[in-house]
Amino acid sequence: MYELVIIGGGPAGLAAAISAYDNGVKNLIIIEREDSLGGILNQCIHNGFGLQRFKESLTGPEYANRFIEGVLERNIPYKLNTTVLSLTKDKQITAINKTDGIFTITAKAVVLAMGCRERSKGALNISGTRPAGLYSAGTCQKYVNIKGYMPGKNVIILGSGDIGLIMARRMTLEGAKVHAVCELMPYSSGLKRNISQCLDDFNIPLLLSHTITEIEGKDRVSGVKIAKVDENKKPILSTEVHYDCDTVLFSVGLIPENELSKDAGVELSPKTKGAVVYENRETSVEGIFACGNVLQVHDLVDFVSEEAELTGKAVAEYIKNGEKARDVINATNGKNVSYVLPQKIDKNAEKYVKLFFRVNGSYKNAKITLKSGDKIILEKTKNIVVPGEMENLILPINLIKNLNDDIILNVEV
Amino acid sequence: MFDIAVIGAGVIGGTILRELTKYDLNVIMLEKESDVCMGQSKANSGIVHAGFDAIPKTNKAKFNKLGAEMMRDYCSQLGVKYLNNGSLVIAFEEEQLNTLHDLLKRGQENQIKDLSIIDSEELFKLEPNLSKKAIGALYAKSAGIVCPYELTIASIGNAMDNGAKLELNFEVSKITKTENGYVITSSNGKEIESKLIINCAGYGSQKIANLVGDFSFKIGARRGEYILLDRESKDFVSHTIFCTPTKRGKGILITQTVDGNILLGPTAEEIENNETITTSNGLNIIKDTASSMAQNVPFYNTITSFSGVRAYCDKHDFIIEESKVAKSFINVAGIESPGLTSAPSISKFVVEELVSKHFTLNENINFNGIRKPDYFFNRLSNEEKNELIKKDSTYGNIVCRCEKITEGEIIRAVKENPKATTIDGVKRRTRAGMGRCQGGFCQPRVAEIIANTLNLPLESITKSGGKSNIIIGRTK
Repeated sequence: MYELVIIGGGPAGLAAAISAYDNGVKNLIIIEREDSLGGILNQCIHNGFGLQRFKESLTGPEYANRFIEGVLERNIPYKLNTTVLSLTKDKQITAINKTDGIFTITAKAVVLAMGCRERSKGALNISGTRPAGLYSAGTCQKYVNIKGYMPGKNVIILGSGDIGLIMARRMTLEGAKVHAVCELMPYSSGLKRNISQCLDDFNIPLLLSHTITEIEGKDRVSGVKIAKVDENKKPILSTEVHYDCDTVLFSVGLIPENELSKDAGVELSPKTKGAVVYENRETSVEGIFACGNVLQVHDLVDFVSEEAELTGKAVAEYIKNGEKARDVINATNGKNVSYVLPQKIDKNAEKYVKLFFRVNGSYKNAKITLKSGDKIILEKTKNIVVPGEMENLILPINLIKNLNDDIILNVEV
Repeated sequence: MFDIAVIGAGVIGGTILRELTKYDLNVIMLEKESDVCMGQSKANSGIVHAGFDAIPKTNKAKFNKLGAEMMRDYCSQLGVKYLNNGSLVIAFEEEQLNTLHDLLKRGQENQIKDLSIIDSEELFKLEPNLSKKAIGALYAKSAGIVCPYELTIASIGNAMDNGAKLELNFEVSKITKTENGYVITSSNGKEIESKLIINCAGYGSQKIANLVGDFSFKIGARRGEYILLDRESKDFVSHTIFCTPTKRGKGILITQTVDGNILLGPTAEEIENNETITTSNGLNIIKDTASSMAQNVPFYNTITSFSGVRAYCDKHDFIIEESKVAKSFINVAGIESPGLTSAPSISKFVVEELVSKHFTLNENINFNGIRKPDYFFNRLSNEEKNELIKKDSTYGNIVCRCEKITEGEIIRAVKENPKATTIDGVKRRTRAGMGRCQGGFCQPRVAEIIANTLNLPLESITKSGGKSNIIIGRTK
């Protein structure tokens, strides 16, 4: 019996483990399916990580290493190459690896830190053939950065998510020609800095409101058709243009990997595809917490670490004192907002609450307002808000204490 | 000199090959592609039809009934997943009810058991997600589902374990009659001699028959497109749901698969070649039709779309006979739906009734029709899994996280009959890459395992043979 089992040894799991340990949880273990700790950061060899947290620009592995060292210094145990097969609401975890076979462990508390996966090409229903040479951007990144292989030389990228942008630059540096990045939406879902550093600096065209309408090629992809889309995102066939290519990369969204959470009966939000959580990141199942990209897809790992630390502390408290009595206010997304997190806030919260949210479009001079009942209780303005950048609003502790009604976050434009 | 050459490594060729190995015969399978199960058998609905649809007294009616009855046992011998989930043909309008009564009558004539017409109340109890416009259904309790590529691969693998040979990349381009049989020549100049030929070449069966001067039937092709939903939507329907058939055929269905996905399709579009592209038009037809059959179809859970070829014949019935113009040349052609269902009974008939005219069928005393029950790791108990991991630790390493497929299973797929050499070959044998991430995480690992097991450079590993290489070389 463990006090705490952390599922996933990526940035969220590592930071949660360190924070829980430092707050008094000594009987814990991290379970990681890959052959090293660090998660997806291991293949993110570009820099730009840690600017918020460490005020310096680190590569992914460097950033991960700061936390891996923290785990090693504390002698926090972990199992590598171990896949969790199932999780129950009683916090029984069944896992498998080469040395232990299939085994079951029980924990007083669990932190879900499984991260996310890429939405696949298959989910898009693109017409045409199904040849070799179609990769999700992350798979391509693994081939290039971890395995040292080139998937192709003439590349088209669909979707302007951050991994797609990063791979546009990476493939260019490796000698490939990236002909275009097309994006269905009229705006990119990637970070502004990535558009400038990965596309603009290399003269790679970003085709907004464009999509791939057909994939061509029998054995290996030989080309694609790209068309403009109208305001309903339907392709305008008269604008179809053919591009020759031997590789198509898909960077079309990230989906939190919540299969184990579902096993355990954790309530999920249809908006975030992650767990519905309280401000301390506890889910609907007592003693099961979630943080990082399994909870909400973050833009910056710095915020993942912050969220995981908050979670680690809360888990430690739960292990020590048990479930706390709550007086809950619900937080929901209103006008022009696609989601808010946490969705549930305890009025007795001990600290201010950062309410994270994303907008559903690109807006200038946005007035962010938080309403409780009919009253606006908080507001701030921002010059520009975009779906690709997660925003937050700090709810001071005094404000939370005095809430009587559920709260709704709106963005007025 | 072989006794028998089976041309075409689909489900019909595969089940015939296996049936032949029950006897002391020297048999070989010839396949033009780089793997078995690369045509019609890899992309169809996987339905074990009850048998009410076929016109009485046709080959289709006869073999469908027998095949459906044999399927459960056949699959259990080979460790192939089969589920008796029952099927429902739904009427949405009054006049369609008449068609259902016609089908019921036809079913009774075909001696199909457990058929009944049910009203909407009973129907919604069985399938609560159906469109509220449904007014009744023909319920066939005996219908089932099977995985078509698993059945094909397992049949061929079992036949090979029992002594059959397999020759891949052998596109038959010439067949020459000799005194004792035939010389079969491939497009790259290979020659194989056989006393008897069984033509199971699916879409290519007309071409093969033409090579021996048999012009008695014509084969055309239709394309069937499908949409596949994540296992998360497994319970959306539990039966196989058909619309009331029209002259154009059985139309689009909604069914669970044996692996717990939901499959929607197929379209049926006449095509000039066997190109299996998907089209926006086809996928829209599936979406629209499925949405008229059921409420809130969870298309958001789509994990892939694909299409398969359907060979059809101008005779509109199975051709299962020795050619009238070429002795010792057996056509098993025009195997349209319900061909998959009929495969076990067709193969038995071909061997016992047609091959027997040319060979004395002496039992192969070494024949073992049972494929190892541990073929799919996921179906073992935890104790059995741990036994296996103790013997071979690669079974403790999950490679495909969506479908929970282990390294051990992938290595076995590469080593065991019929050996997988491609990413798609591994996928069809093990399900690695079939899940919701569609190989995003596991493809690089699968490629490495194939390369390491076969001692090949990663650059030579392909998605599905030919020039479908997955990487072009090293980074700078």
